[in-house]
Order: sequence, then C-alpha cells, then structure tokens
Amino acid sequence: MSEALPDLPPGSLRSSPGEDLQAKIHLLQGRRAREHSLPVLPALKAVLPGGLRPGAVYSLQGSMSLAMALLAGPSLQGAWCGVMGLPDFGIEAAAGFGVALDRLVLVPDPGERWMQVLAAMADVLPVVLACAPSRAAPAEAARLGARLRERGSVLLVAGHWPQSEAVLRVSGHEWEGLGQGYGHLARQELRLEVALRGASRTAVVDLAGRVPEDSSAYRIGA
Amino acid sequence: MSGGAVSRVMAAWFPDWPLVAARLADELPADVPAAVISQGRVAACSAEARAEGVVRGLRLREAQTRCTSLAVCPADPLRDAREFEPVLASLEERSPGVEVLRPGLCAVRVRGAARYYGSEESAGGAVLDAADSLGVEARVGVADSVFAAVQAARSTTESVALLVLPPHTSRDFLAPFPVEALEQPKLASLLKRLGIHTLGDFTQLPLSDVRARFGAAGVLAHAMAGGEDPKVVVPRVPPRKLDRQVDFEPGLDRIDQIAFQLRAPAGEFVAALQDAGLVCTELKVALLDDSGIRSERLWGHPRHFTANDVVDRVRWQLQPRSADPSGGLNAGGITSAIVRVELIPGRVDSITGHGQALFGEGAEEKIHHGLSRLQSMLGQEAVLVPAVSGGRVLSERRLLTPWGDPVPREAAVQAARPWPGSIPDPQPATVFTSPVPVLLLDAAGEPVRIDERGTLLSPPHWFCPEAAGGSAAPRRAVAEWTGPWPLRQRWWDEGRRRHAERFQIVDGDGDAWLLLLTGDRWWAEARYD
Repeated sequence: MSEALPDLPPGSLRSSPGEDLQAKIHLLQGRRAREHSLPVLPALKAVLPGGLRPGAVYSLQGSMSLAMALLAGPSLQGAWCGVMGLPDFGIEAAAGFGVALDRLVLVPDPGERWMQVLAAMADVLPVVLACAPSRAAPAEAARLGARLRERGSVLLVAGHWPQSEAVLRVSGHEWEGLGQGYGHLARQELRLEVALRGASRTAVVDLAGRVPEDSSAYRIGA
Repeated sequence: MSGGAVSRVMAAWFPDWPLVAARLADELPADVPAAVISQGRVAACSAEARAEGVVRGLRLREAQTRCTSLAVCPADPLRDAREFEPVLASLEERSPGVEVLRPGLCAVRVRGAARYYGSEESAGGAVLDAADSLGVEARVGVADSVFAAVQAARSTTESVALLVLPPHTSRDFLAPFPVEALEQPKLASLLKRLGIHTLGDFTQLPLSDVRARFGAAGVLAHAMAGGEDPKVVVPRVPPRKLDRQVDFEPGLDRIDQIAFQLRAPAGEFVAALQDAGLVCTELKVALLDDSGIRSERLWGHPRHFTANDVVDRVRWQLQPRSADPSGGLNAGGITSAIVRVELIPGRVDSITGHGQALFGEGAEEKIHHGLSRLQSMLGQEAVLVPAVSGGRVLSERRLLTPWGDPVPREAAVQAARPWPGSIPDPQPATVFTSPVPVLLLDAAGEPVRIDERGTLLSPPHWFCPEAAGGSAAPRRAVAEWTGPWPLRQRWWDEGRRRHAERFQIVDGDGDAWLLLLTGDRWWAEARYD
C-alpha cells in the first residue's frame, strides 16, 4: 500500500487518465485486476472482449459448441475444466475446439445435490460448465455467486441462470457444406444475442475455424 | 570331507511342479492327461499322460498323437514361482532356512530341524506333512551335500517318499548314477566318449588330472559327484508380510460400520508400508462374506494410498452400483454380512519418489483433494476423466475412466487407427449416450428407407425429433441432407455386429443432426449444436 497515487509520474495519468486511474483504484481496493481474467478464443473476442471474469456466471443458451469454445480458451492456457450434469458432452468435439482432455473432469450425474457438487467442483476447478438446475432459488444462487467470487472460478451454465454476468443466447445456426444429398457439414456460424451487463447486442460467430496449435497467441489482457 | 563334520542338507522336491502349478492356478483340469508345453515340447506331464506314453521332451504333436485327450498349457515361470510361494511359506513354518533352487525344488539346512524334531527322518516327515496339508506331492532326500540330497530325493518313489543317506555314504550312493545327472550336457557327452559312464567312474579320476583336462567346471563336477558339493545352503529371507487382514466377528452388513472398523487397520496397513520405505500405488481389496463368496477388486491411485483412501476404496467396493444402468445382476452391494476384509498391496513403490514437497504440490494436489472428496460424496464412478478411444460409433469413441484409475493404454492406440467411415470434422458437440429414436419421413409421410443395395428409395422431407408420437408428431422440414453413409462392422460377431446407414441433416429450425438407420428404424446418434 506504499504506492500512493501522487507518486505516479504525471504523464502516465494524462495519457489515458480514466483507464489508468480505474486500474489503480482496483489495485488499491484489492479487486482482481483485468489481467486475471481468463482468455477466450479469438473467434469469441468480439463477443466477450474482456475474457471470462473470475467469479462470474455466464448463461449459455442453445449451443453446446459455444460452451466448448468458451472452455477451450482457459484450457489452452493450462487451466483445468469441469463439466457437470451433461452426460451427452461430446469429448471429440471439445478436443477439436482445443479443450485439453487430460485436464478435463466430467461429473455426468450429480444426482440430487446440484448445488453442493457444483460448489465442490468450483472450489478446485477454475472453469466449470454445468447444466442448469431444475430450480435455482435466488438466495442459493447468490450464495454460490459469493463462493465463486471468493474462489475466482468461472461458471458457465448451459441454460437459464438468475444472476449471470452475461447471457449468450443462440438465435440461429448457419451451416455450410451440406447440400441436397451430398457434401458434409463443414462450417458452423452462430448468430448470438449477447446481453452483457445490461447492454444487449447481436453478433455472428464462426466456430468452425480450427484452433491453431500455438496457444500463446491468445493471451488476453496481459 | 573325510571324518570331519559335514553339513547335512535336506532337499524337498515337488515332482512335475510346472504341471502342479498350472493345475493350482486352474489353467489345467485335474484328473485328466495334461502337459505343460515349453517351446513346442513337453516340459512336464501328469501321471495320466505318462501312462499314455507321453514323456518329457516329446514334441507337442507327437504327444497329442499318443494321447489325443491331452490338455496342454504353455509354460510360465512366473506362475510356477507364484504358486510355489504358499508351499514355501508352509515349509518355512516347519523348518527355517529354506533355499529355493528353482520353483519345485528347494534345499534346507537340516541340522536345526533334526535337533528340533529328534531325527533327520522326523524332520523329513514334517516337510512331507506340510506338503500333504497343501495337497501337493513331495519327495525328500537327506544327504551330505545339496547335489546328493537332490539325487536322493529324485530316487525316492511315491510310496517311500523319504530317503535319508547316513553321513559319509553320499559318495557310494552317487557312484552308480550316470554322468548326465550332473546336468552339464557338454561334460557328460565328453565323459561318455572317454568311456566314463557313471559318477563312480568319474570320481576315480585323480583331481589334478580332472583340473588339467576339464578346468574349474570339471573340478566342481568332480566334487559334486563325490558327494562333496561345495555349495552351501543360503536360506532366503522370507518377504515381509505387507498385506493386512481384518476379521469381523460377527459379520457386519452396514457399510458405515465396516468403514469405521477399518479406520485403524487401514492406518496400520499404510504405516507398515511406510516403515518398509514403501507406498502403495495399487491396492487389491478382497471381501469375504459369511456365505463364503469372495469378491476382489484392484484399485489404482494417481499418487499413493493414504489410510482414508483405503477406507474409501473398501466403501466403494461395498456400495451398490446404482449409477450402472445395466445394474440388475451386477448390482454389487452387500448381500450378506462381511466377515473378512483383506488389504493387499498390488503394486508398491519406493517412498522416496512420493515425498511431499515442503510447500505442497501446488494446484494439482488441490484438484486431487477436491475431486477425491467429490468421489467420496457421489461414488467413484461419478467423477470421470475422458479420453478418445477407437471405434466407428461415436459413443464408443468416448472412453470415461473414474478419476484415479489409470486410463487404459489401448485407448490411444485404438484412437490412432484409421477407422474408415468415421465422421469428418467438425465433430458433433452433443453425442447421445444411447441413440434417441426419431423419425425421418419422405414427402408422402412414410419413413425413409433404403433398398438392399444401399440406395435411397425416396429423399427425406420431414424430420420428427421425437418419434414417440408416430407420424403425427411435430414435424420439421428437412432443409439439407446427405447420406446414406454405410456403417458396417463385425459381421462375423453376432453380439457386436452393426449394419447401419448414417445421414447428416439440417432441419428447418437450423439444427443439424447425425442420424442412424438400422433396419427400418431411425435414431439420432448425435446433434451438432
């Protein structure tokens, strides 16, 4: 805390005063700085420019591929990922997006204790993808949110979640490569409706582009 | 060695040990002609086979001509040694200081045993008793040297299984034996060509001449033939007993009771291993219930077993496998009270490779702890690690291993194989664990079919994601489609053969599907979403 504001060279404040000051305030308040956010694939950079914020819940509706693509970013950087309550999770597709299977843990059937299992997973895994619970009471959701923020884990919910940082809803798929009796599915384009902190917009994302081997190219916010 | 004190040796020989071991391991049936085959020749055969004319060293084909009902199994030195271990333990109980010459033949220093049992005959009798209690045949010889004792044991018969040569008579006993008994084929052949046919003739040669003509090996053989074997019995150190057995009297039929009772023994089990400088990385848990049924299971561990892990494994083994959809017969669980739990270290490793770092092992350790906790909450099969395996059907290609168990090595090998007919990239994101029944209809509302040559009879027009409603179910138009892609495998295997056609379709709602047609029924294998 010895770093006091007046010690800053005056030039740095002037260059981009708002941003620098914001970062400094965050630092002094002990908040997690931007560089701690988890990276996303380049295809999704336009949708989530800041990456995945630790402690936040993202609600994904209508696409498993989108969930896999979101897992792939942190996984490529060496993070462990968990998938809960999705027995039909296609691991080959996940591997195709760049999810490292040796750092992936599946709990296909959490049974009745959705909350407890999810909390136990989020305690140790930085990114968890989970099916939506049959019923999430706002109080329970808030408790889980607090726990996630404390651990700095990201939760991706496949379905509706009451208190999410962002809602990514797929409003349509566009497929290429298939004709009337010939060809094969080759490319997928998703039309996304993104509600990020209140602001809503649409985006078109091409998920079919294979992931390059070099993962260092995606370092975000560093 | 004339006149002086001789070290008396007892040899215990278990005839046809490879065969006995194979029978003990249930690899050969009892009471039928049987033989153990090594390099295409008979290495050991049973008395029934011998009666039919099968002898050691016979070619397999020849042996089978002589005895057409001959049951055979390949020789396995490991099996011989493994099955010999309980026999050895029983021998060591009667008389310590046993040296294993090879599985099925061992030498014992007889002095202590003779003093304890009163005479060498009684000591030999005690060894025969030990073998008898295990149900194996044994022959015992006592002599002045290891070689003479072995020859004495071999020259006994089934009815008189014990031969004790009085001190200083071994040389005379060995004299009529042929030179082949030395088990040095080159020397034996040379001696025979020199006109020396028996060990007695060989011992007549002066030692200096033997050294000059045959060298050090000849001198050794000369001493052996004279009953003055320089070899001394080097008793083995009995291996430390690391397994642990817990008996419950009366039997327990509640998992939590058993787990509680096991807490202390499991701690002692791990501590005993640690005292020996070992950690257990693979654990075998054997459960015996009061109806006499024994169930065994081998458990792996990514690191090494602690006391809590051991208790967890026992608990999982006792738990009914409710998660297993095929349950029913293999439901597991406790059907009758458990009377005994055995903890057997399947694989141990030096503790030096498993030390804990001063500040812990970082993230991985935390993850392991968290997931183990989850496993003790939900059961072992609930936390899984995925791997891509080989196969044509997508759900076969997904291999899920419980956290902590090693991923089977074949998986990577299988996955690397070409698998013609596999789905081109991108792979579907949702792969149904079991195919979902659907309907694919043509323009007239009839299910799409193919003829026996694999040609499509009518193009698909409508798609119903839920087949339950029949042709009245909500329909979606088929926007784009491709197929049929034939999927044929294992036509020779009744249980696993597959004769299906694959289709990819995009329906009117923009969803893409991978469909399977088997016979005249449609299934959704996977969804691209």
